[in-house]
Amino acid sequence: MKNKIMTAKAALAPIKSGDTVMTGGFFDGGSPEFLFKNMEGHSARNLTLITNDSGMDGRGIDKYMHSVDGMISKVYINYIGRSSAVQRMLKENPDSVVLVPQGNFAEKLRAGGCGIPAFYTPVGVGTVIEDGKEYILETAFHADVALVHAHKVDEYGNCYMRRAAKNFNTLMAMAADYVVVEAEEIVPIGSIDPDLISVPGAFISAIVKIESEAN
Amino acid sequence: MDAKELIARRVTKELHDNMIVNLGIGIPTLVANYIPDNIHVLMHSENGIIGISESPKAGEEDKDIYNAGNDLVTAVDEAYFCDSAASFAFVRRGMIDLTVLGALQVDEKGSLASWAIPNKWMPGMGGAMDMVSGAKCVIVAMQHTNKGMPKILKQCTYPLTGKGVVNMIITDMGVMKVTDDGLLLTELAPDITVEQVQSATEAHLIIADNIGCMI
Repeated sequence: MKNKIMTAKAALAPIKSGDTVMTGGFFDGGSPEFLFKNMEGHSARNLTLITNDSGMDGRGIDKYMHSVDGMISKVYINYIGRSSAVQRMLKENPDSVVLVPQGNFAEKLRAGGCGIPAFYTPVGVGTVIEDGKEYILETAFHADVALVHAHKVDEYGNCYMRRAAKNFNTLMAMAADYVVVEAEEIVPIGSIDPDLISVPGAFISAIVKIESEAN
Repeated sequence: MDAKELIARRVTKELHDNMIVNLGIGIPTLVANYIPDNIHVLMHSENGIIGISESPKAGEEDKDIYNAGNDLVTAVDEAYFCDSAASFAFVRRGMIDLTVLGALQVDEKGSLASWAIPNKWMPGMGGAMDMVSGAKCVIVAMQHTNKGMPKILKQCTYPLTGKGVVNMIITDMGVMKVTDDGLLLTELAPDITVEQVQSATEAHLIIADNIGCMI
């Protein structure tokens, strides 16, 4: 069996300039903070980010991705209230920030992870995001890379995402080609009840153990 | 009783046993403090908890149980945790009986603007567009004016959260129902006259025959 367990730096090395990257989490909840921290010094530039929110000003995704000169050129997002870096992007180049209603955002991810190219939704009709129909056609999200967080991951990559830390982590893990999961705990195969697996290991490319001293 | 408490207490009169409710941030959050003991209401939080409860006691915090405002909370025994796609599937499917939201502007057709002031403040819509589209009933709970400037207008001028989605407006001056004929003023706050409400409102108000008191 292929060994997927590696250091954060090794797991993040394949991210290349121009890639589309999904990042899980809802503010602090289930956010892959250890992977964000290990993006420090990464050479990739001109990335397109797909992320629920902009994180909290001055740390995490805001500090290690949004605020890095040239790293992010476009963001698909639904809430940017807490990142001055993304607020600045919106001001300087409005087209670089695409706001998507949160439920549509989640469904675009689910569709991308399920092989559905597009779907109709009633959400947003009569607002600025409308395209003239009574239902709006939304297309699926798909990314080159996803960075996600899990409570437990076994050595095959089967993930248990806990409580409300599932948020976008389960969806993004299925909607990208190369998926890095950070794990609070890496456990032997067979030690997560198969009924409780949130994301099957087949979707996971790299497993990183969160090192608490680096947080 | 201060204005916010007056509004929040009036909202609770719209609650019925077994309802599933989503509360927005600000005044709507206060509603949870005044729910009568004999009514069972399940609180939905869009980040993936159906059955959110109060703040945790010191030492009992769980980092994976938080609300959409990034505050740690607790869950009731009958709670359900899910990812964001399932959380919004629940909303879109019509399982939310009532959502209570704040507003920047509401108009006489029941359109709502709550997520952006052009060229000034644009945090994003988060889950608000999904919520007003999917919930069975939408109540706006807010101060009647913004520093004396009307917020209840003939037509919203800010980007919409939803078109014709609001059912009822509860403010510190009165209660208005959105009807096919326009806004029907049904109740007044203590010591407030119909004339005072109309002069603080840009939209034309239809006055109910048997106008009541909010408390």
